[in-house]
Amino acid sequence: MTLPGGLTRRDVLMKLGILFNGIIAAILAVPIVRYLLSPVARERKGGYESWVPLGSLDQFPSGQTRLATYRNPVANPTDGDTADIPCWVRNVDGQTYQVFAINCAHLGCPVRWFQQSSLFMCPCHGGVYYQDGSRASGPPERGLFEYHYRIENGKLLIRAGEMPTPGHASNIVREIRPCV
Amino acid sequence: MRLIESIGEWLDARLQLGTSIRETMEHPVPRETASWFYVFGSAAFIVFILQIVTGIMLALIYVPSAGEAWSSLQILNHNVSLGWYIRALHGWGSNFMVAIVLIHMVQVFLFGAYKYPRELTWIVGVFLLIVTLGMAFTGQVLRFDQDAYWGLGIGASIASRVPVLGPWIVNLMLGGPIIAGATLSRFFALHVFVIPGLLIAFVAVHLLMVLKLGINEWPMPGRVVRKATYIKDYHELTRKDGVPFVPGAIWKDMFFAAFILLSIAVCAAYFGPFGPSGPPDPTIIQTSPRPDFFFLWLYAVLSFLPPSMETPALLIGPVVAILGLLLLPFLFGEGEKSWRRRPIAVLTILLVAVALGTFTHLAQHTPWSPVMDAWSGEPIPHEFLHNRSALERQGALVFQVKQCHNCHSLGDEGGKRGPALDKVAVRLTQDQLIRQVIQGGGNMPAYGKNLSPAQTTALVAFLETLHPAGQSPARNASRALALEPDTAAPSSHQ
Repeated sequence: MTLPGGLTRRDVLMKLGILFNGIIAAILAVPIVRYLLSPVARERKGGYESWVPLGSLDQFPSGQTRLATYRNPVANPTDGDTADIPCWVRNVDGQTYQVFAINCAHLGCPVRWFQQSSLFMCPCHGGVYYQDGSRASGPPERGLFEYHYRIENGKLLIRAGEMPTPGHASNIVREIRPCV
Repeated sequence: MRLIESIGEWLDARLQLGTSIRETMEHPVPRETASWFYVFGSAAFIVFILQIVTGIMLALIYVPSAGEAWSSLQILNHNVSLGWYIRALHGWGSNFMVAIVLIHMVQVFLFGAYKYPRELTWIVGVFLLIVTLGMAFTGQVLRFDQDAYWGLGIGASIASRVPVLGPWIVNLMLGGPIIAGATLSRFFALHVFVIPGLLIAFVAVHLLMVLKLGINEWPMPGRVVRKATYIKDYHELTRKDGVPFVPGAIWKDMFFAAFILLSIAVCAAYFGPFGPSGPPDPTIIQTSPRPDFFFLWLYAVLSFLPPSMETPALLIGPVVAILGLLLLPFLFGEGEKSWRRRPIAVLTILLVAVALGTFTHLAQHTPWSPVMDAWSGEPIPHEFLHNRSALERQGALVFQVKQCHNCHSLGDEGGKRGPALDKVAVRLTQDQLIRQVIQGGGNMPAYGKNLSPAQTTALVAFLETLHPAGQSPARNASRALALEPDTAAPSSHQ
């Protein structure tokens, strides 16, 4: 049987078959794409961040900079040690604090504090920061990432949950201008 | 013997593959291509097979969970008999595979094999290089140790610099907000399913085209590729002066592949497996992450790029490089194949090789990294302290305590980030030394806030002693005049 326009019945059925498969593929693609994008979609819904306690204030004596660790607020049972995140806490004068991310603002390596020279140094590419987190030398384009903090019942809390990276710093941490 | 023959006949009556296999094996190839220069492609393929086999072996034990991967590597290394050897074979196989793929690519480039009609073979080859490097990087992540953890951090930091989409790319890459369980799981899926699937598909297409289009003939100076005549000329060449691939050419492939496999086996037995280094616990910050061998050059480039150029170079550089490789056969699809008539091609290879080699060499010494424990672990050599005053020795103490040694070397000990200070007094006067210490600059932090005046005085007194015995330190001529009243300058201009 030939339809007007030279189409046979078989041609039409084959095209319908392709169309059906296309529709089903599009329907199935929705949950698959949604599943793949879940790490991103999660962020839009309220983000990964929350207030995390770093411990009591007496762990951070005045004028000192100490390493603190916290369990990331978003963590799964399979994460093991990787969800234990370190950070540097600086007690400026007993009243004000600064909490710096461990990640160098260059490429994320762990910076180390040197109390004697009051510098943070990065072992990877040699980024160096002053005690207030501002850039001292090396490849970083900016100072260390800094968490927002607050004090509650003698405890220090920071707003954390996501690894700070150079492209994603402004949302979660205060920018520090290099003091030159 | 008769039994095998009759089984073979029974199978071929159903599969009907015998004829095409025989034709493939006996297809004529140009006589000169039965050469030791034409063995790298097949060797890469054989190493890939080794990687598949050893990879499956490792997957029998390995646990792709952030909490357990590192311990499962320890079990492979220590508790499973010859588990360490399978790990070593896979690790060395990976290094050999990247190396052979690169050598193969250089050979193909220098022999002009990417020219008409083999453009697509080259393009698929470029994809094969990319997925091979992808396998190397994802494999390094599966060795879930400190280097893998911080390597992922570096990858995320680079990805985050993509304009607008950066933060989302980071979340997609890590599978969440931080490097954790989901990150390892998705790199496992990439390394074990996605990229090997692509690799197998690309290899199949690549090989198919080598068979359909014929292996590139040995390039002769003056034998120019022209689209109108090439295919006819090639068939004439194989007809007149061809040898059957089997056994005319394949024995060299076999010898070389066996030699490579033997080399991998020997390296694996002698040097053993790679790592794992410390456990992937981010709270252990006493670590100096290093990438694997084939990414060391990138590590060096990242520390030498000026900050303002880093993001553009990281994001645009790879795109330009890959586009350049993909466009190569279209821009230079005809003309001379012989390297003797293509000086720019030869120079390009030399330039790239020297650059990559230099960067890799530098990255093995990391002169840009501070030596994090030099201040406490590497004492000042005694010749710099001998016959010094109390003040100068106090200055040497300041030099150690304030971590100057982490970036500055004395007698070749300590960091190379800043200049060596063995002869600094010849270069800088006392005033210049004080200024440099207090204000920093030239990529040195300012120490003004961290040094008391007494410490600065002592430190500069020590630095002033750092000059060769026969050479006097730099001094400010005008200051000397001002301080010595009997040779006072004429006061006419005052």
